[in-house]
Amino acid sequence: MSEGIHVATTVNGDAVEYVCSPRETLLDVLRNRLGLTGAKEGCGTGDCGACSVTVDGRLVCSCLVLGAEADGREVTTVEGLSTGGKLHPLQTKFIEHAALQCGICTPGFLVSAKALLDRNPDPNEEEIRYALAGNLCRCTGYDKIVRAVSAAAKEIRNSNANR
Amino acid sequence: MATDTTFTNQEFKIVGTRPPRPDGVDKVTGRARFGADASAAGQLVGLVLRSPHAHAKIKKIDTSKAEKLKGVKAVVTSADLPDLTKGDRGMFDMLENCMARDRALYDGHAVAAVAAIDAETARQALKLIKVDYEVLPHVTDVDEAMKPNAPIVQPYIRTAGIEPKPTKASNVAQKSEFGHGDVEAGFKQADVIVERSYKTEQTHQGYIEPHACLASVGPDGQGELWVTTQGHFTFRNVCAGLLGMDIAKLKVTSSEIGGGFGGKTHVWAEPVALALSRKANRPVKLVMTREEVFRATGPTCSTSIDVKIGATKDGRITAATATLRYQDGAFTSIWGMLGAMTSFACYDLANVKSVGYDVLVNRPKVAAYRAPSAPMAAFAVESTMDLLAAELKMDPIDLRIRNAAKEGTRASYGPTYGPIGIGPTLQAAKNHPHMKAPLGKNQGRGMACGFWFNFGGQTCTDLNIGVDGTVSLTVGTVDVGGSRASLSLIAAEELGIPYDRIKCTIADTASLGHNDTTEGSRGTFSSGMATIFAARNAIQVLKARAAKMWDIDVADVDWKNGRAVALRAEHGNLNELTLGEIAAKSPQTGGPIAGHNETVADGAGVSFATHICDIEVDPETGKTKILRYTVIQDAGKAIHPDYVEGQFQGAAAQGIGWALNEEYIYGTDGRLQNAGFLDYRIPVCSDLPFIDTQILEIPNPGHPYGVRGVGETSIVPPLAAIANALSNAAGVRMTHIPMSPPRVLKAIKNGRH
Repeated sequence: MSEGIHVATTVNGDAVEYVCSPRETLLDVLRNRLGLTGAKEGCGTGDCGACSVTVDGRLVCSCLVLGAEADGREVTTVEGLSTGGKLHPLQTKFIEHAALQCGICTPGFLVSAKALLDRNPDPNEEEIRYALAGNLCRCTGYDKIVRAVSAAAKEIRNSNANR
Repeated sequence: MATDTTFTNQEFKIVGTRPPRPDGVDKVTGRARFGADASAAGQLVGLVLRSPHAHAKIKKIDTSKAEKLKGVKAVVTSADLPDLTKGDRGMFDMLENCMARDRALYDGHAVAAVAAIDAETARQALKLIKVDYEVLPHVTDVDEAMKPNAPIVQPYIRTAGIEPKPTKASNVAQKSEFGHGDVEAGFKQADVIVERSYKTEQTHQGYIEPHACLASVGPDGQGELWVTTQGHFTFRNVCAGLLGMDIAKLKVTSSEIGGGFGGKTHVWAEPVALALSRKANRPVKLVMTREEVFRATGPTCSTSIDVKIGATKDGRITAATATLRYQDGAFTSIWGMLGAMTSFACYDLANVKSVGYDVLVNRPKVAAYRAPSAPMAAFAVESTMDLLAAELKMDPIDLRIRNAAKEGTRASYGPTYGPIGIGPTLQAAKNHPHMKAPLGKNQGRGMACGFWFNFGGQTCTDLNIGVDGTVSLTVGTVDVGGSRASLSLIAAEELGIPYDRIKCTIADTASLGHNDTTEGSRGTFSSGMATIFAARNAIQVLKARAAKMWDIDVADVDWKNGRAVALRAEHGNLNELTLGEIAAKSPQTGGPIAGHNETVADGAGVSFATHICDIEVDPETGKTKILRYTVIQDAGKAIHPDYVEGQFQGAAAQGIGWALNEEYIYGTDGRLQNAGFLDYRIPVCSDLPFIDTQILEIPNPGHPYGVRGVGETSIVPPLAAIANALSNAAGVRMTHIPMSPPRVLKAIKNGRH
């Protein structure tokens, strides 16, 4: 068997250490070694976006990143989206707008949508649709997802304006 | 009567509102546990070795090297899954599909499996298994498979439905015929006759969650299975049967399900995972790759269909016929029969005949896909309807309204309709602003109709009231798209308490009686019915307890707005008792308060939809863009309208993908060439517009609330609606689905119509 690699990284703000095989993906590490099963494997080839996480703020498919590559980085998963016992506005709006049916793609959509709103707080419909084009959903036809992201963006803008 | 299924037209206080779903927080935080999210101490990784050949004799399998590899705990082949099916061909087919026996029948057919301490070891072990194949001739096309000299997929097959019964083996498993009247006489009365042939390619449900399970079987013959499934009770019965286990000793728990659309109604690798666990005496987790999902689970049929429709000059159809050839993969089923049954269900026809053929080919076993078989038949019939309208110089929607089925119409597949929604959806479409919106260059509008039967089936539900007055609702139909919210609404409505006092749980197989698989749009229909009856039974208990608390006759107690009310003037001094107050006293008045119901939910109401779509074709590339899409469907009664709309939108999106892009591409070697989401492209967010919905509510007389199933019908119209729009935009009649850019470009280059 291949030799293990020692990795020290940060996941959702917490310092984490693990030993993984050089073949293991970041998704495998998150799910099987760290117990963070929010990111899903829908394809293993970077086509479905269900495994979306951010590494140093950059949106990636964790099935295409090696566990060893996370060394010294900051990884954020869907489990890190809500802070202080409060849901993120994207999470609230996804529930309010019925933007999920089965929910398997939801973690990936939330992470992708957060990455979009972090760089573009006021996206129009087309910008939302293209930003989320790397995330497959087979249940909803995307209608309510686009509406939920739009509503969350508005809420975040309003709460920032009221600060 | 507590269990009267008749529609009562009651006024609703809570049903029809849009509260948040109870599993919402779990699903937006990553806490919800799907098939691959469970683990057990000491679990092994299970992997399956699959045939690279479309058709091959398996001469020998040598597993000795794999067994000797360090870390490998079990290797299984068909020898570890002996035939216990006692002549039950349906069960044997499932056994053979789970693990090939003497022959591999399609590219991807399982031939062996391993369980090892980790994925790397398991992958290495698969490479050490040596399978000695003798490659046999194969056939993957439905029309080719029907030819006399085609390679035979299942030598035992003699075509059913033909008299006298054939003596020679054939790939045609079954011929089925439906209709009434005299079509020859009908065509003689016609002023115009249109005839056309169509083909549709094979598509996959494309659920984002691959099949996954965690199996554990002990040496005492008891087992547990955690699995993503649409029917854990069915899985329990089938797995127990195939493995020779007692049904009661196999507990199956349905995980959250990451999409199914019919594809998770059959067992695939679950019996193999159980066999591995039994042999290794350790839990085994088996998760399919996306490639395995495409190659080795159940997509829908590819088809070849001929349609002929005749009408008088004023647009009345005098006769209609269809011949429908559906491939079932390597195992026989009823998909061609269902195609024949659904083909003309929208119309009121005096003379109609449809003939379906179920045909075997060397492709994976076909499974249900959302209104299975109906979209292809509707594509052929609804395209021909537009051709007929053009010949008659009639508006296509007026032609359909003129011939629409209505209450009292004898359906082409046999029964006589009660109140139905085809006429109302057509009228709503005609009146919809979408119909009058302007169109630009290279743009066109199309419309089409769709039908689905819907289903009820065996259902069992428990309702338990806690001492604090909150209610546990326990159901056995899997929640595929928000049904826990709908069922909680129904329980709240019946009991007269707020929605957030109900907690709905999907029970495992040890905790509730048998529930049929969640298919046929039956979840909210049938579990909703059982929930109504369970709640009404609980109310009987609540009334009895109130009578005891008041020390009066139970006949003098009524239940209103979530409270027990004492009738008769002499009880005027008794204050109403809330459900909570009665529940709090339950330990003293007779113990826990519960309601239960088991039923066969008959009376499912048929469902119809009409869709309108605008598209734009790029004449340079042949690419079709959906500009606007409207779904109009009869829901009977929308319990939670958000999730009804969601079903309409999702079904339309799947139909759009099927119409424009999705197809299984087989090489001449019989191998699937596009087993991944990159090359099998389902619609992404930027491919689609908002999908507008209009819910019609024509009550189903066979349900107390008037509910019809809503999940499937709207995948039926898109294929033809888009083909009709394309015809109007580019002047080409597409008769081959998908209408991918190369096909459309070729049609444009070959000239108009």
